[in-house]
Amino acid sequence: MAKLKINGELVNIDVDGSTPLLWVLREQLGLTGTKYSCGIGQCGSCTVLVDGESVRSCVIPVSSLTSSEEIVTIEGLSSDGSHPLQKAWAELDVPQCGYCQPGMIMSAAALLNSNPNPSDEDINARMTNICRCGTYNRVREGIHLAARLNKGGRS
Amino acid sequence: MTTQRVDISRRRFLIGTATAGAGLSLGLYLPLAGSEAQAAGTTPEVNAWVVIEPDDTVIIRIARSEMGQGTLTGLAQLVVEELECDWSRVKTEYPTPGQSLARGRVWGSFSTGGSQGIRGSHQYVREGGAAAREMLIEAAADIWGVPVEECRVSAGVITHRPTGRSTTYGKVASAASGLVPPLQVELKDPKDWKIAGKPVKRLDTLDKLSGKQVYGADLQLPGMRNAAIRACPVFGGKLAGFNAAAVSKMPGVRAVVRVEDNAVAVVADTWWQARTALDALPVSWDEGPNAMLNSASIAQSLDEGLDADDAAVGNQAGDAKSALGRAAQTVEATYSYPYQNHATMEPMNATARWTEDRCEVWCPTQNGEAALQAAAEAAGLPAGQCEVYKIHLGGGFGRRGAFHDFVRQAVLIAKQMPGVPVKLLWTREEDMQHGHYHPITKARLTGGLDEAGNLVGLHVRISGQSILASVNPGWMQNGVDMFVFQGLLPEGDHAISYTIENLLIDHAMRNPPVPPGFWRGVNVNQNAVYMECFIDELAHAAGKDPLEFRRRLMADHPKNLAVLDAVAERAGWDKPAPAGVHRGLAVCKAFASYVAACAEVSVDTQGRVKIHRIVAATDPGHAVNPQQIEAQVEGSFVFGLSAMLYGECTLKDGRVEQDNFHTYPTLLMSEMPVVEVIVMPSGGFWGGVGEPTIAVAAPAVLNAIYAATGKRIRQLPLKNTDLQPALRMPVA
Repeated sequence: MAKLKINGELVNIDVDGSTPLLWVLREQLGLTGTKYSCGIGQCGSCTVLVDGESVRSCVIPVSSLTSSEEIVTIEGLSSDGSHPLQKAWAELDVPQCGYCQPGMIMSAAALLNSNPNPSDEDINARMTNICRCGTYNRVREGIHLAARLNKGGRS
Repeated sequence: MTTQRVDISRRRFLIGTATAGAGLSLGLYLPLAGSEAQAAGTTPEVNAWVVIEPDDTVIIRIARSEMGQGTLTGLAQLVVEELECDWSRVKTEYPTPGQSLARGRVWGSFSTGGSQGIRGSHQYVREGGAAAREMLIEAAADIWGVPVEECRVSAGVITHRPTGRSTTYGKVASAASGLVPPLQVELKDPKDWKIAGKPVKRLDTLDKLSGKQVYGADLQLPGMRNAAIRACPVFGGKLAGFNAAAVSKMPGVRAVVRVEDNAVAVVADTWWQARTALDALPVSWDEGPNAMLNSASIAQSLDEGLDADDAAVGNQAGDAKSALGRAAQTVEATYSYPYQNHATMEPMNATARWTEDRCEVWCPTQNGEAALQAAAEAAGLPAGQCEVYKIHLGGGFGRRGAFHDFVRQAVLIAKQMPGVPVKLLWTREEDMQHGHYHPITKARLTGGLDEAGNLVGLHVRISGQSILASVNPGWMQNGVDMFVFQGLLPEGDHAISYTIENLLIDHAMRNPPVPPGFWRGVNVNQNAVYMECFIDELAHAAGKDPLEFRRRLMADHPKNLAVLDAVAERAGWDKPAPAGVHRGLAVCKAFASYVAACAEVSVDTQGRVKIHRIVAATDPGHAVNPQQIEAQVEGSFVFGLSAMLYGECTLKDGRVEQDNFHTYPTLLMSEMPVVEVIVMPSGGFWGGVGEPTIAVAAPAVLNAIYAATGKRIRQLPLKNTDLQPALRMPVA
């Protein structure tokens, strides 16, 4: 039985240690906001934060994690949709089908954690999530808007 | 246009019923949240489209599916425009296909494809909103004992003008539900629209930002098991055998089952357990007659079609062949377009529960009625004993409309575990290798120019796959698939943009044993590449400016010309591009809308292409939500450019070689150009939005690459061409 700290709470996990974090989140904890799409760490739909950095949870065996690491999923980003990225996304109506968006938002959260005011080039380098609907330009705009909101700016 | 008076007396959908309202979309345990109304009340509907709760919450029923394209919001805007309720109180719900069946298809078609969501239902949904408004006002007038003519409504508040008394929709909705629907309603002139036509926010955004939005893959039902499946990777092959005992003791495994004659599935407590066991399952295949199929043999078959005597004519004017014989100069080129996978972000999935007398399915589908049909057939039950609960789609792009293989499989698995809900989720690998692919075609184009460089004749020979022959033979006309000619037809929603005096466009059908399907944009995707790149070739051969060359052929196509002129003007076609940047144009009519693009591209000394900016114009007739149209146009370029740059499924040993995003890449953020969208609705018609602009993405960029390098890209995708050796002095 492993212990993990997810969205601020310590939880007991009883699965085979090779199970990817993604499937622990989705099938053990019911946190289905984190999506399965490629399963090989390519598309980023499964992105979560581990100690503030983005991780593709579909390729992280749960045995490689410890309870001292802070895992944050889309459900834990804010309790009420008030995270600057969520506000920016809502303001700009970013999602289309929305399936990739939890991963997009978590990747963007990691980016802003390390770089509060990213340039377009910074965004290009770090945002490698796939969106088939084609929301990239609004995602980019959303990151810039969230950066402004973070600094206390207005939308 | 003036206010439209519509006789609706014989429309079945307006016949009042006492059907209970909210909650129609809910499966027994379906945890829908947020914008999809989940009130399980018993408020009677005003009519099929409108339910109003006592607290003035308005629930609009949406029959078409939301898969990202914004139709849910757009259709609600149209109903609300006529209903005159408060937009801030609006929620939506999906009626179920079973309800539709029981009520004589009261909501019309559920099919969400062909960019039909709004253009195919705007009339009756507006009528539904208008009829509900009339009934609500009449109910208030009855209660007050005053003439209807003395009452007015605004934002869901009904006022008796002479006395100033007022009430709300919520207070009279119950009374309204018992009234006889009006025989006629008046629809507003679109110029008077207050909600429709405006860039209102989507109704379905917030839940997508918090993880609350439930997709099919996310569904949880009490007692549910999870299934992973593998079908024979060779098209037409069969399952020869499997050794269930090898995995039956693995953690969580409940069953290993045959599914039809070509697949095996593992059912387990969790999907990860099912998938892990499936990976360990020894399986043998009978690969069948296509075991040797490969891309080279398919290409050979298509090449033969380019020269075949026998071909079906799709568009003909004058005498193209003799005009080509008389031409001062002829130009010939052969283009090819590969198989492509839809690659929706959410892999195929469906959840089914089967008993001897009832079958229920929960699934993301672009066509709930077709899903119900598929479920009933697989269940071996009448459709009336089946039900489908539509769940939000993680992408559709045509994969989840005409094909419900995932529904059929889910039901056939559930049938082997009566009473147990089973969720079938495909792996990405299964999804990549068992698609219904964008059909493969080639085209040979031969154009003739006179001494002055005017186009005097054009022959376009298309060789390749018919979607309809495989998917919908009943839609063919005397053995001819007219869909093959989309974007090149003499008239209609997919008419050619040019008048060419001597023209022949024909199709030699060649159908390799790879299942084709409708893929967002369908056949205009390749036809616009063929036509728009070749027109560019002809312009250069004639020594003419590509814009001017097109304009001369477009005198009788003013709307096509208007969008082309709009992008040329915005891009500054008549002025030099920034240093090192080159431009290309494309124009098309698709799904009844007129679209054009101007791409700005540079190619560096290593042959790497950078797409800087695309200016796109669309005239969809009426624009129901301009900001969502902009989003669709931007998204269309991601889809079209992904296809142009990378999209290719190749065949080897009877199977698709690409199995995930590392071998089937798509456009990423770093490659995304600036997209400037010009929405220019000219009124008087209803065109589609989700697909048309895909058609102009690839040719505009390919023409710009030619301008930059002098290299014509005639085989897609671009990743297979090394541009570096071709680099020389730019030609434009």
